[in-house]
Amino acid sequence: MSLIMIIYLIISAYISAMLIWNFLREKESVDRMILYLLVLIPLLLRILKIK
Amino acid sequence: MSYLWKIKLAIVSGIILLMAISSYQLYRHRHFKLAIVAGPGVTRVTMLSAFSPQLKGTSADTYVFFLEGKEKGGKALLISNTHANEPAGLLSSLIFLENAILEKGTLIIIPQFNYSASRTTRPGDGYPLYFEIKTDWGKKKFRMGNREASPLDQWPDPDVYIHYPERQLLSFIDIRNTNRTWPGRDKGPLMERVTFGAMEIMRKEEVDIALDLHGAETMFPVTNCIVAPEKSMRIATMASLTVKAREGFENHVEPSPSGFRGLSHREIGDYSNTLPFLLEAPIPFLDQPTGAKTESLLLEGKDPFLLSLARKGKLFVPYDENGWPMEKRVGQHCSVILEIVEQYSMKYPERGIKIKNVPRYAEILRNGIGHYYKNPYNVDRKNIFYN
Repeated sequence: MSLIMIIYLIISAYISAMLIWNFLREKESVDRMILYLLVLIPLLLRILKIK
Repeated sequence: MSYLWKIKLAIVSGIILLMAISSYQLYRHRHFKLAIVAGPGVTRVTMLSAFSPQLKGTSADTYVFFLEGKEKGGKALLISNTHANEPAGLLSSLIFLENAILEKGTLIIIPQFNYSASRTTRPGDGYPLYFEIKTDWGKKKFRMGNREASPLDQWPDPDVYIHYPERQLLSFIDIRNTNRTWPGRDKGPLMERVTFGAMEIMRKEEVDIALDLHGAETMFPVTNCIVAPEKSMRIATMASLTVKAREGFENHVEPSPSGFRGLSHREIGDYSNTLPFLLEAPIPFLDQPTGAKTESLLLEGKDPFLLSLARKGKLFVPYDENGWPMEKRVGQHCSVILEIVEQYSMKYPERGIKIKNVPRYAEILRNGIGHYYKNPYNVDRKNIFYN
């Protein structure tokens, strides 16, 4: 795996963790909850390497 | 469980369900196989990896069909699905593949040139995943692809695509566009290996003319035309004038710009002895200001917004209530291909190519496209190639 892919995966994992953390902390806005999960989808696909 | 957590669980479940349904649809589309019927003129079938070994075992490897005449002559290469969201080219090359008989010379056909692009769709544009063509025996189903190869097959994209070998800076996404990666290289990114394979065919087989079939928006000036570099210009002009005079449709000639690199009509001519021609047929489906991107828009080319723009003189092709049906586009492609081959054969009779049994514009308009496709269930299995 190339260095750029390793950096890419680390960044993806970091943003994913932030999105999950925000989803869990969100208490009022359902719109935001949905938004966090939708943004999470492509990042998870990349991290888990699902084709 | 609190009310808040019940809401969160419902949202997570809903999104997982949506993902599962859409993933299943995309997975089926990616693994749907088109039955390509090799007609009586096909004498040899190989894979593109035979010419570009680095493609072997990848999802970009694709079939190459040879139709060889009894009498030796020139050689023509027909490429379609360079952009897999411009299907008139594929439908035309399948008409040649299933029906053409070579009396002299050789015709080489690569029907699904960017095979990877044919197995993906365009994110965000709501393309139909499939389309069907009516035939005498039922309907023939095709995958609707995308302009660029799938990121599942070639990834990551660079910030800027540096063209090889000219080093021109191109858009990042063009690294997956097989009409920007010519002439390619054997160990480059996957799509450069695809174009390298075609270049190797042209160099090793000493191909005389190469025809790359495309479709272009009605609002784009380079549409309904033959794009040709300086060396192909005379033959392109003669073909254009002849189809207009004999068959009554416009297909003007556009010069290939020498400063825009990576395109087939430029690099094939510059990096081989082959004369390149790129054929553009109008495809209203690709225009931006249309209604929903439906199968009907793809096949019939009728759209009220384009009609309104046509009345204001904003389109580069004639457009009325009849739209721009697929039969017209495929008919034009078939006639222009035959005419370019004929013009080349007249200019270089010792390298002539004689193709028989392929319908022209008027016949395809009269009989439909599907009339020229055979039922795969009634064909010897050894003549069917699933791709």
